Amino acid sequence: MTVDVLKRPEIQPAAASRLAIADCDVHPRPPGAGIGGVSKALYPYLSQRWREHVQTFGVRYRQPWEKGSAYPKGQPQACRRDAWPNGDNPGSDLPFMAAQHLDPNNVELGILNPLTSGQGAQDSELSAALTHATNEWQVAEWAAKDRRLKASVVVPTEDGPTAAKMIEARAGDEHFAQVLLLTRTAEPLGQRRYWPIYQAAEAVGLPVGIHAFGYGGNALTAGGWPSFYLEEMVGHAQCQQAVLTSLIFEGVFEKFPKLKVVLVEAGFAWAPAHAWRMDRQFAKLRKEVPHVKRLPSEYMRTNVWFTTQPVEEPEPRQHLADVIEWLGWDRVLFATDYPHWDYDEPAQALPFAMSEAQKRAIFRENARAVYGR
Amino acid sequence: MIDCDLHPSVPGWRALLPYLDEMWREIVVRRGVDDLNTISYPSGNPLTARSDWRDDAGKPASDAARLGKEALEPFGTSIAICNCLWGAQATFSEDLGAAAAGAVNDWIAREWLDRDPRLRASIVVPQQNAELAVAEIERCAADRRFVQVMLLVSAELPLGRRQNWPIYAAAERLGLPVGIHAGSSYRHANSPVGWSSYFAEEYVNVAGAFQTQLTSLIAEGVFARFPRLTVVLMESGVTWLPGYLWRLTKFWKGLRSEVPWVADPPATIVRERVRLTTQPFDGPPDAATLTRFMEHMDSDELLLFSTDYPHWQFEGTQAMPEGLPDALAQKMMVENPLRTYARLQEGHP
Repeated sequence: MTVDVLKRPEIQPAAASRLAIADCDVHPRPPGAGIGGVSKALYPYLSQRWREHVQTFGVRYRQPWEKGSAYPKGQPQACRRDAWPNGDNPGSDLPFMAAQHLDPNNVELGILNPLTSGQGAQDSELSAALTHATNEWQVAEWAAKDRRLKASVVVPTEDGPTAAKMIEARAGDEHFAQVLLLTRTAEPLGQRRYWPIYQAAEAVGLPVGIHAFGYGGNALTAGGWPSFYLEEMVGHAQCQQAVLTSLIFEGVFEKFPKLKVVLVEAGFAWAPAHAWRMDRQFAKLRKEVPHVKRLPSEYMRTNVWFTTQPVEEPEPRQHLADVIEWLGWDRVLFATDYPHWDYDEPAQALPFAMSEAQKRAIFRENARAVYGR
Repeated sequence: MIDCDLHPSVPGWRALLPYLDEMWREIVVRRGVDDLNTISYPSGNPLTARSDWRDDAGKPASDAARLGKEALEPFGTSIAICNCLWGAQATFSEDLGAAAAGAVNDWIAREWLDRDPRLRASIVVPQQNAELAVAEIERCAADRRFVQVMLLVSAELPLGRRQNWPIYAAAERLGLPVGIHAGSSYRHANSPVGWSSYFAEEYVNVAGAFQTQLTSLIAEGVFARFPRLTVVLMESGVTWLPGYLWRLTKFWKGLRSEVPWVADPPATIVRERVRLTTQPFDGPPDAATLTRFMEHMDSDELLLFSTDYPHWQFEGTQAMPEGLPDALAQKMMVENPLRTYARLQEGHP
């Protein structure tokens, strides 16, 4: 959200009087390495073979650059200028994160979403090694040290069976709150190659978070690659729309009816219109997809949740309350995206009238229900 | 009243042969070039043609008389804009695309526009190559019954990219809006996250394609560079627009240093320069929600009435979404189209 940094309120100590919140999108990043690199903090969790491999061959993604993002960000690592602990990577230092974000905002549940975890690496075995190491690192450096924080099981998305084994290995592990995927994969996420992931997630009772970004290699629009980071950022919503279309029309929620999917970091104001459109086309085309038994919007009401950030900013802001009502007040989970530049400040991100119950639902209760915490 | 999006069926090369020059006639015949029916609208698909608009052979919209009887008279339509969806834009050969586009344009003028004075058409262009597209625009624009330039929403390059700018320059110079229609040349996956399995998915995701291409036009500065250009989104859906603009405007605020030529808020650009046809209307199922939603649209000038004939988007003659205020419906049917298409004013009774 837009904040006047010069007038940003002083960091406040946690106050018992403040509403405790769940933040469903917090980004830890290992120290040292930039995007595309492999941090030495992961080395303890990598075998000798993979340590040598990354030092020799690096990690190759479906994008042009050896290191760094496909599109130059608006600022280094797309992070808040004030979120760099002693000059190291934002999100790399737990005490710093606690002092800057978790304590003052009274975060009682923070879902960790590591984005540079090796998901999408072209070598699927390497992807498995790196994501495994990232899972171990999340527990050792974050979840085991601060009980407010819960890790995400990151997996080699393109290798369903291996991903499923990695999810099953975390069954019952209280440090993990969800499975994390990225939106932009080799094929749309509803396709069968990814079903082992959903089967395992449903079986162990973990929601699947699907976060913006990724390295699928498909053009960011059906008409080619846009020029600007601005277009990529706005485009995350259209990617998320296509993911949701795929999950529903492939029948994922028929096959895995207890599966919970959380769509992360793509906003939510697009979702009601998308539901209306899907319902209207489904009415005419349902014979093509006989495995889809219910209206698309009904699956959204039972199996899909949306995180708020980056919250859309209509004038007047009260329009957002309409949108949430159309989605359902139980469908929306608050998230800050700390430490990224477009972080949403809990006190300012949703400036429209809400009842106390609605506020509690969005800032905490919905997340507790989804994540079972 | 004015219908801004109808689709005559192009029967194929056989009907177009008289409109090809000798070289292309020979190539098409000798090589047995297949017809360019686009996979965006498979012929048997229920969406491609409403069942009561198919003839005994299953074909819809096959001639001007039929279109008048099925799509004009029942709706009280006095002017209708024909958009031919035949895949001239998708051939890998730019020259074949140009030949096909030229033939379609001459065919629609002779076989449709000449036969029914209520009909107008969009210029089909080989958007594979801007130079050839401009030549086709200039060739057709002399016929005042061509009222806009048509592009498919998903092509080789995002529509805002500078390689396409000569098309916008020509359209602006000639006073023609650029109508962007659903459809693709299939150079890229049909969704930004890869190829989907089902037609239903592809058609739903067309709305996302329009969103990304509108972002491209705005971000690349097309509206700043061509200040008199109007863009019409056709068969795009409409209810995605408010949420999309809230998001785009937010990121424009945060990242406008990347696109300094975008001086106006995107929502302002869209309200002044972009119009959308109404079918397929993707509104909420109840009128009360629609009323609230229209507050989010915050404009009575954005929408242009369309039937999308013969595509199956509604039953009977219920082309106007239910629950809209009469005054708005009236604007969508007459005033908004007349303001959008300068050339319609010349012939409006």
